[in-house]
Amino acid sequence: MYKVIDRIMQGVFLFCGLVTVACVLVITVYLVVSGLPAIGEIGIIKFLFGKVWASTASNPTYGILPFILTSIYGTFGAIILGVPIGFFTAVYLSKVAPLAVKKSVGFVVSLLASIPSVVYGLVGMLVLVPAIRKAFNLADGATLFAAIVVLAIMILPSIINVSMTSLDAVPRKYEEGSLALGATELETYLRVSVPAARSGIVASIVLGPGRAIGEAMAVMMVSGNVPNMPELFGSVRFLTTAVASEMSYSSGLQQQALFSIALVLFVFIMLINMLLRKVMSGGDRK
Amino acid sequence: MRKAKENLWKTIMLACTLITCAILIFLIGYVLVQGIKGLSVNFLTTSPSYTTGNIGILPDIMNTVYLLIVSLLVLVPLGVGAAVYLSEYARNHRIVRLIDNAAEILSGIPSIIYGLVGMLFFCQFMNLQTSLLAGALTLVIMNLPTIMRTTRESLLSVPKGLREGAYGLGASKWRVVRTIVVPECLDGIITGCILSAGRILGESAALLFTAGFAHTLHGFADGVMSSGATLTVALYVYAKEQGEFQVAFSIAVILLVLAVLVNLSAELVRKHFKGERNV
Repeated sequence: MYKVIDRIMQGVFLFCGLVTVACVLVITVYLVVSGLPAIGEIGIIKFLFGKVWASTASNPTYGILPFILTSIYGTFGAIILGVPIGFFTAVYLSKVAPLAVKKSVGFVVSLLASIPSVVYGLVGMLVLVPAIRKAFNLADGATLFAAIVVLAIMILPSIINVSMTSLDAVPRKYEEGSLALGATELETYLRVSVPAARSGIVASIVLGPGRAIGEAMAVMMVSGNVPNMPELFGSVRFLTTAVASEMSYSSGLQQQALFSIALVLFVFIMLINMLLRKVMSGGDRK
Repeated sequence: MRKAKENLWKTIMLACTLITCAILIFLIGYVLVQGIKGLSVNFLTTSPSYTTGNIGILPDIMNTVYLLIVSLLVLVPLGVGAAVYLSEYARNHRIVRLIDNAAEILSGIPSIIYGLVGMLFFCQFMNLQTSLLAGALTLVIMNLPTIMRTTRESLLSVPKGLREGAYGLGASKWRVVRTIVVPECLDGIITGCILSAGRILGESAALLFTAGFAHTLHGFADGVMSSGATLTVALYVYAKEQGEFQVAFSIAVILLVLAVLVNLSAELVRKHFKGERNV
């Protein structure tokens, strides 16, 4: 009797484990099956490198180069803006700050991570966008730049947390050795601890884009959502927002093209994850 | 010279830390100032009506609660089961690697893609229509990696001796799992629930096409099967499509309070169980 129950339960647990695998398969299959037809119909070159997206025109064209470039520029911009701030904050918290400061700022960071993206979008829409419009004298402040600022803020927590974890894990011995040789504290942290924590820091730089490239709602609220080729101070549309903004009223080839955009996004994310894994495992070997 | 450089670096680091804190303080401050004046009993306890022009978010609150309940009800057994399988049952390294990789891939997929596939699979293929149930199931997949990870981490810290003692007394595997392993990793399960709850409360992109936008008040059973906006989706709709910024900020206040509560309770659970483990 016990044996039978044992067997059954083992099966149940195995099932739970395999659900994850099944989910990945279902997601991949659905994206490929629903994304490929439109790419086939439009032509992959025309789809990926076409500069004009006019899905509702009487003679529709589906070129997603503007979305791809916007997503790439937006992500890089967020990294350029967010990584230095996150990196220095992490070094400060991990090495310089007193424990009480470290703990309370740690709470701030985790809170920053758990604020819903629509709240970022809302504040961005009503504070950042008008501020940018005034500061740069534009007709509309909803621009790629606004999206970059919001994304930079949104990736800060993960940069800080991941870098901090790996900085905390640097053996104290390394630092003591460097101090004993006469290096100052800061020299030690920047020249010894940071290189020793390199793999974690690089991982945090790769991890950020994963979130930035996938973010939809906040970006939709501040970027103007117009399918232009990207300009820092122009209204733009990202891969994510392209899917989100037309899904509700699309049909036929237009809807299929949206699935194709999701497929492209999926491929991007997979590439970033593979890069991330390479970085992580490369660090472990050393 | 060296001293000056040292001070310069320190100043830069401090400035960056202050920027991080200032962003959060500004965000919270701004939302509170803008949103609190819109909070009223009427706002929290009524449904919106086009005829009277009344705006109330009770349906959105209830939808959020329903969504949370359904998601966690499905998520916890699945996630804990998967974690238990990986750490207690799995003998085959290939299967473990396969499941690990799958969980890692899942945790990297953006929510808009979950929304899209959720719409195709749950709403259309499984014929659930646009409903909270479809939204909840989509969020279950999204949060599986989280709860698997936290449960597994705490399973690893369950002393081997406990298991071996139970086996030595002749307990069957299932009995060991049920009476020793799962109770011992309760902290991981609870942490996973809290983290997932935080993500579920904050999620919007995955829900737009799966759970929909409706603001109608339903009971639990009806509510789960019909379309409904959660607080985050309602915030988006009020801000972006209707231009009701006051309402959006008031919802944002509620969401911020919930985010703080989630963080505090995660911290509390961690502390509570840490103390218990050390004893």
